[in-house]
Amino acid sequence: MKNNWPLWEVFVRSKNGLEHRHFGSLHAADAEMALENARDVYTRRNEGVSIWVVASKNITASNPENNGELFEPAQDKVYRHPTFYSLPDEVKHM
Amino acid sequence: MKNENIIQYIYGIADNALILGQRLSELCGHGPSLETDIALTNMALDLLGQTRSYYQYAAQLSEDGKTEDDIAFLRIERQYKNVLLVEQPNRHFGYVITRQFFYDVFHLLLLQELQNSKDETLSAIAKKAIKEVSYHQRFSSDWVKRLGDGTEESHQKVQDAVDGLWGFTDELFHMTEDDTLAFESGIGVDVTKLKETYYKRVSEVLEEATLTIPETKWFQKGGKQGIHSEHMGYLLSDLQYMQRTYPNMKW
Repeated sequence: MKNNWPLWEVFVRSKNGLEHRHFGSLHAADAEMALENARDVYTRRNEGVSIWVVASKNITASNPENNGELFEPAQDKVYRHPTFYSLPDEVKHM
Repeated sequence: MKNENIIQYIYGIADNALILGQRLSELCGHGPSLETDIALTNMALDLLGQTRSYYQYAAQLSEDGKTEDDIAFLRIERQYKNVLLVEQPNRHFGYVITRQFFYDVFHLLLLQELQNSKDETLSAIAKKAIKEVSYHQRFSSDWVKRLGDGTEESHQKVQDAVDGLWGFTDELFHMTEDDTLAFESGIGVDVTKLKETYYKRVSEVLEEATLTIPETKWFQKGGKQGIHSEHMGYLLSDLQYMQRTYPNMKW
């Protein structure tokens, strides 16, 4: 069978309190089927407690050709990181 | 109630799960799409998991030292008590889904009653299986609707499957002697009481799927007495090959 179902992106929350993360993509004819497929494909080994699916066509992505203008200017601007403060040792995870 | 009767009662439930699980396993790697392939295989594994719980319990009750593997792999055809519906061979996806749907609706009704069994083990197995089977029913009902209300070809295929399999549904509600004994001792379920709800649920889904409910009044039976269709022997030769060829072989 030729599979011409649309593509869906799957986001799974691994446990309560964590954010949904992108797990992968799959084919399905409609949103309900996409959820069922996602359940079977991505959570059968107990990987999740919540699933989001979104039609891939609804995602607007940046164009890799524009990476130069989009991302390179940020590379040499170290002053945008708060690395010039001296932090007391007691403050962790900054 | 004697242990031997309880064991036979357990076979009447567990053999359905084993044989349907075996049919679904045959499709591993052959599903119509990657996603449905995984879904069908998942259901096969759920069913085999349930089968193991039942057979382990039956083995524990048996006084001749049988193991779960002996029960699964070394009985002869007449000793399997599954209904004819579940042994029907895979033809096409619509057929597989319809067979699954016809069984799932029954299976869920059965487990919902079995969880009230006086037998604590059977009640516990039923409680655990209900969650799995609720999902099976959701999956197969959704697909019946999708195919029935889909293209002209999918509609026709699933209608053919409904017409072909309808005659196997009545057997689900037959009581064997062991069923009656189990029911009277508070261990088993009176399946005749599930019939009305079953046909109501099945009809609702078929109607939503724009499918026609067959008017056939002639029904097949025999599986529950161990009298199987011609397909069963082939299924068993696949299922039993390893244990017959290499007795006591372990993974």
